[in-house]
Parts: sequence; C-alpha cells; structure tokens
Amino acid sequence: MKKIVSPLSQKDILALRAGDEVLLSGYIYTARDQAHKRMLENLSRGGELPFDIKNAVIYYCGPAKTPKGKAIGSCGPTTSKRMDAFTPFLLKKGLKGMIGKGNRSEDIRRLIKKYKAIYFLAPAGCGALVSRCVKKVAPVAYPDLGPEAILRLEVKNFPLIVGIDAQGKNVYRF
Amino acid sequence: MRNINAKKIVDTVADLCVKANCLLRQDILRKLKLVYNQEKNIRAKNALKAIIENARIARKEKLAICQDTGLPIVFVELGQEVRITGDFKKAVLKGIELGYRRGNFRESIIQDPLERGKPAYKGAIIHIDITRGSKLKLTVLPKGFGCENKSQLKMFNPTATLKEIKDFIVNAVKSSGADACPPYVLGVGIGGSADYAGFLAKVALLKNINAKRTAFERDLEREIGKLDIGPMGFGGKITCLAIKIESYPTHIAGLPVALNLSCHALRSASATL
Repeated sequence: MKKIVSPLSQKDILALRAGDEVLLSGYIYTARDQAHKRMLENLSRGGELPFDIKNAVIYYCGPAKTPKGKAIGSCGPTTSKRMDAFTPFLLKKGLKGMIGKGNRSEDIRRLIKKYKAIYFLAPAGCGALVSRCVKKVAPVAYPDLGPEAILRLEVKNFPLIVGIDAQGKNVYRF
Repeated sequence: MRNINAKKIVDTVADLCVKANCLLRQDILRKLKLVYNQEKNIRAKNALKAIIENARIARKEKLAICQDTGLPIVFVELGQEVRITGDFKKAVLKGIELGYRRGNFRESIIQDPLERGKPAYKGAIIHIDITRGSKLKLTVLPKGFGCENKSQLKMFNPTATLKEIKDFIVNAVKSSGADACPPYVLGVGIGGSADYAGFLAKVALLKNINAKRTAFERDLEREIGKLDIGPMGFGGKITCLAIKIESYPTHIAGLPVALNLSCHALRSASATL
C-alpha cells in the first residue's frame, strides 16, 4: 500500500490511479456543508480562506464529540456530492485533495482532471475505525458551527482508496 | 392503572440512545458476517471487513458506530393501562439529551430548518401508539441523514402494476449509488396516505432483517442485486442487506409507496417497562 503525506505533492498525486489503496499521513482539514458555504461567502466578499489551501486536503467530516482520553470521537466521511457546488472555487484556489464518500458530479470529475487534483474515499460508515488514525485535533475556524467547524486533524496512516485520480479516471461506473 | 414515573423514562431513553449508537444490532452484524464470508470481490470484501471491524471497535471502546448519530426517532407503544406521572414528551427529550451527552455523540439537530443555527442535542421525532395492557415499550432509532436524504415517495395510480412499483424502488436504490453507505437496508411503506407510507417505511427498518422474506421482498432483492453497486459501491451482489416492506389499507384512488433507505449502520434499541 502506498504511503503519502498531506499537504500533497503533485508528484504523489500524479502517481496514483483510481482504485489504488493509500495510507495518508499529515495534516488535513475538516469541512462540510456550512463551512463550505461560509468559506465561499468570505471569498466572494474578497476575504481569505481560514487556512492555507495550497496543496491542502479537505476531509468532508463532522466528528462526534471527543470522549475523555481520546484524540477524537467517531469521525467517518459524509456524502461528498453535497459539496460539489462549492468545490470548483476551492480547486481554483489550490485545493488538491478531497476525502469523502460516494461519487462526485461529472463537473467535479472534469475539474479534478483539469487541476490535477485527487478525490479519495474513506471507509464509509466506519467512524470508530477512522478515529484511530487521528492523532491530534486543532480548531481552525467557525466554532459557532459546532460539529461543522473547521478542524485541522493530524492523521497517521488514514486508509483511503483513490476515487477519482488526476487523469479523471473514476473508480465508480455509476 | 399502573404508574410509571417520567424519570424512569428519562433514564431508559438515555440508555437506549447509548446502546443504539454504540452496539450494532445483532441481526445486522449477523448478516454482515454472512455476506462477508460469501463475497468474492476483494475490494467489496475489504469494505465489509472494515464495517465489521468498525462495529467491534465501537462496542469495545464505547464509540459511536458512525459520527452521524442521527436524528433520534422514538417509537412509543403505550399501554392504555399505564399512567405517566410527569411530562412524558419532556422526559423523552431529556432522555435523548442525557444519552447523547453521555455518549459524546454529535450535536446534529438544529432548531430552525431555514435559519439553521448552532446544532445541539435538542429534538427528536416521537411516534406514539396506544396499545392494550400495562406496559410501555420504547424504541430509539438514531437515523443518519446521508441515507435519510435518499428517501422517496411516489403516489402511484391504483392501477399501477407490480413492475412499476418495483422499478421505482430499484431506481431509487440505483440513484443512491454509493452515496449513502451501502450495503443498505431498504424500508418500504406501501399503502396508507402520503405521510403514513413514510412512517411505515421507517417502521419497516425496525424488523429483524433475517426474518422470513415475502416473495415480493425476495424479488426486489434479486433485482437490486443486479445493480452491481455493492459494499461502498465496489460492486457485487450485496447492495442491500435486506428489504423490508410494511403495508396498510389505502384509498381506492391511490397507491402510495414510500422508501426509507438505511445505511449499513442501521441502529435501534428497545426496552419495555
């Protein structure tokens, strides 16, 4: 299984193919519906994104609360498709990787190819399992959104499958 | 008359919330293990392995099976000989808040669907049925919304054929693809009214998924198996763990059919007081 690090390098991305299994380590940012909406509102007002998006990876996830003695609670992926409307703007700003579950729209598949980015699938519905890969959590932005706030997760060997690669190949046929 | 104190309801609902969210239902686990042993496609098999391992970790470490600890749906069967001392609905809501807090579950409920606002533990759907006898049965089904979003309702003409109904159901699963955590459990409500068919589809999810299937359920399972979606969308026959149908009398002018999809993490727990 290939090991890769986030922030991602273009070389690593280009070497991956849809269906490949990888272990991701490094820093990723959680963001789901409301965080995406707010990031876009900020951008459209001429504001900045709350983290350095260059080569960054966004994880579509809103974790459960953190039990005592753990780094994080259950934290599996949410349905990626709901973020499709916001993704083009973030790819344009330098976003390279996305982690979620399920398929993306045809538009997003094309844009992933255009920007030489990558879309990963996390073990869907396996939040307890994924929580073991998260070593540290730091708040980044929008704490008023509760579980939809942006967090920076330090992950180690997060098991992923490449869903859409930089050539635009998709692991799903439907 | 038998008295049940509302405080007892608070504690019971709190326990059920923790139990439902951390301990995967035995019927689901059993079926998952069965299909895991049958699955030949390596990617699909690995996905099933992760799901089974996830359930083990959740049970052992008292973690939520899924971070989406859902919108709690509470089914109440209240014996007509029971008198509740205290405020029943408040007790259920308080029990949910307590259980969700105790389990470190996610605050996923917002008070205003349009204004949104900060999510909290406040809120549940409560279905109450009055039954004979002097018992109170409480069931908590925390419903994740990745799969709830795939629900569908169609008001068929009363002359609709079985094939039309089947196509509607199969297409609903097809359009869900890999988005809502397959392998799914499909709850189907047939008959009643628009709202009641939706309720029946949810009730269907409470049935033991390994119970004997009807001919229509078997037929649907076969058709859905052909979609080749499979665990996590990686192909194979195991797109649905089970299809459960509930039906009810309806009007001569109509034939409502509602679908309620559940992800593989179908969670519910019951207690009888």
